[in-house]
Amino acid sequence: MTSTPADRAATLAEQPLRTAGPRLGFASGTFSSIKDIVAQRELLGMLVRRELKARYKDSSLGFLWTLMRPIAMLLIYYIALGKFLGAARNIPDFAIFIYTGLTAWGFFAEAVTAGTGSVIANSGLVKKVYLPREVFPLSAIGSALFNFGVQLMILLAATAVVGRFPTGTRWGYFFMATAILVLFGTALALLLSAWNVYLRDIQYLVEIFVLIFFWVSPIVYSWELFANQVANETLRELYLSNPITLAVLGFQKAFWVAGDGKPFPDHLYSRMGIALVVGIVLLWLCQRVFARLQANFAQEL
Amino acid sequence: MTTVVQIEGLSKHFVLRKEKSLKERVVNFGRSRKHREDFWALRDIDLQIESGTTLGLIGPNGSGKSTLLKMVGGILQPDSGSVKIRGRLAALLELGAGFHPDLTGRENVYLNASILGLSRVQIDRYFDAIVDFSGIEAFIDTQVKFYSSGMYVRLAFAVAVHVDPDILLVDEVLAVGDEPFQRKCLERIREFQAEGRTIVMVTHGLDQVAEFCDRAVVLEKGRIVTDGTPREALRTLRADFEEVRQEEVERRQLAEEHTLNRAIARFTGISLATSSGVTSSAEIAPGEQLTVLMETFTSGEVTDFKIGVGIATPLGTVLWSTTTELLGDEVPPMRGTGMYQFALRDIPLTAGEYTIQTTLSGLDGREIHHVPAAAQFSVDDTLSSIGPVRLAASFDVRV
Repeated sequence: MTSTPADRAATLAEQPLRTAGPRLGFASGTFSSIKDIVAQRELLGMLVRRELKARYKDSSLGFLWTLMRPIAMLLIYYIALGKFLGAARNIPDFAIFIYTGLTAWGFFAEAVTAGTGSVIANSGLVKKVYLPREVFPLSAIGSALFNFGVQLMILLAATAVVGRFPTGTRWGYFFMATAILVLFGTALALLLSAWNVYLRDIQYLVEIFVLIFFWVSPIVYSWELFANQVANETLRELYLSNPITLAVLGFQKAFWVAGDGKPFPDHLYSRMGIALVVGIVLLWLCQRVFARLQANFAQEL
Repeated sequence: MTTVVQIEGLSKHFVLRKEKSLKERVVNFGRSRKHREDFWALRDIDLQIESGTTLGLIGPNGSGKSTLLKMVGGILQPDSGSVKIRGRLAALLELGAGFHPDLTGRENVYLNASILGLSRVQIDRYFDAIVDFSGIEAFIDTQVKFYSSGMYVRLAFAVAVHVDPDILLVDEVLAVGDEPFQRKCLERIREFQAEGRTIVMVTHGLDQVAEFCDRAVVLEKGRIVTDGTPREALRTLRADFEEVRQEEVERRQLAEEHTLNRAIARFTGISLATSSGVTSSAEIAPGEQLTVLMETFTSGEVTDFKIGVGIATPLGTVLWSTTTELLGDEVPPMRGTGMYQFALRDIPLTAGEYTIQTTLSGLDGREIHHVPAAAQFSVDDTLSSIGPVRLAASFDVRV
């Protein structure tokens, strides 16, 4: 720490003048954006912790509520779909099957919805302090990841209880699928949170889409069921081009050990690989759009 | 000295759109030009700030001060021109921005300090100092939503002054907490100055500018009007404020002239008489008598009024004033031209420049005409002391 004015002036003279705020170049800004975000990783951790701590602060069950929602959903689908509508008859370990899908989907849905609202929720900070604004959607992703981790623990415990714990190469599917979810979740959270600042309708639109896309992935019904109903190759390919569908299938491949005999789409690994590459490109594009749009955040909020 | 902030040709405009919903946008599509209003918040600003300077940004509401500060902070992006900075910057634009009501004081200190750019290790090191400075140890583990507003800003300010910036941007946040705490804050600002940090502050507390800044910039309608010593800047700004106020008074009087049938009266001439003659800027020796001569004019008849006279510093602080009412004198009704005079004897002022203010007002307190800088005089004195009051003092050792 320099203490005399002359020292400080001398130290400062050695530093170059830099532009205040973010650099705006579309391609050239990528590197500096990443550098800025990395520099703020501690803050990112704090924001994630803030979100988690604050969420159930005054409730007596607190953190347990994180688990209640997926368990309630599990029960609803297990009883209504599995038992009453008879979906469980064709799907062995139906509870595990559903919980696997719900865990994957739950993370993605939370990441996108919380991410979309994140910049507006932090408008006080956006207007008063300059930070790389990416930290807000990223912290939403972080807290979603934490909940995802907790649910994953339960899922693993459940697989152990039924005696079919995933082992070996299955984990490859899990890592691929999680990577897809994180990539697409982050990309969408960045893009939508920035749009949402300019057009608040986005957050309501997102809610609707989350509702629709829940049924467009094989979460509460199996791929087998879909494949039996839809013979059209184009429709099938269209269905499989949804990266979230691929991630959900990847999850089932990993954790739903009882479903090994069941049909899965061909080339799941390479499909996921393509989704991963697309996800990386999308994430980059969305970050650039975000960087562009964030310039006017403070005046729009 | 090193330039730490360099602003060149900076302009910023805001679009005030009057519609936001999709329906309105669709309905008005193509005609959207009509539904927007451009507003230039800043126009062609050029400014260089050297390291170690304390710069005050002053100006009337809506003149673009806060916008300029936000541009330096990187929160807003320029439309044209550039803002370049050197060194680490911390912006105190709002105390406790980012405080989460559901978290405890301790958790918020960590969060807020991290937002302002401290690392975890640094916060650990400063934590005790921060809590000590805030003076709310007893409540540090309470959720901040239960804090009083004073405690809230105390904690926020304590965090803010413990970051280690080269450039500190301050927006109207120095006047927080009770008096002892304010004094502590101001002391801290002095320390910052002594350490050669650059401070840019936006404030409406003009006395603060006079006290702390070594440079002041007056903004008006997004342009720099004056850039110089606080004294010059304050003079410009106060004159502007006075002009605006006078216009308002005149407008009110014009309205009253018709409705209440009240005549308008004006000072038409003010001069100072000393032993050496009559002038508008006199020079007096200590103890010399100063007579303020006034000439007024009214088109009708003015009754029930009083005349006031006062002495102020060039910065506008009133040192002394009196009125005919306070002196127990009655002023006869004024018709046409009126001539009056106040004799000021034994003026106990030290060497320096002073201004004479004169006021014409009704006995009910309504202002008729006020001239804030009617005349100047300077006192020539050899006695050395600090402050405007002249006192005979001596020192002895007691045996």
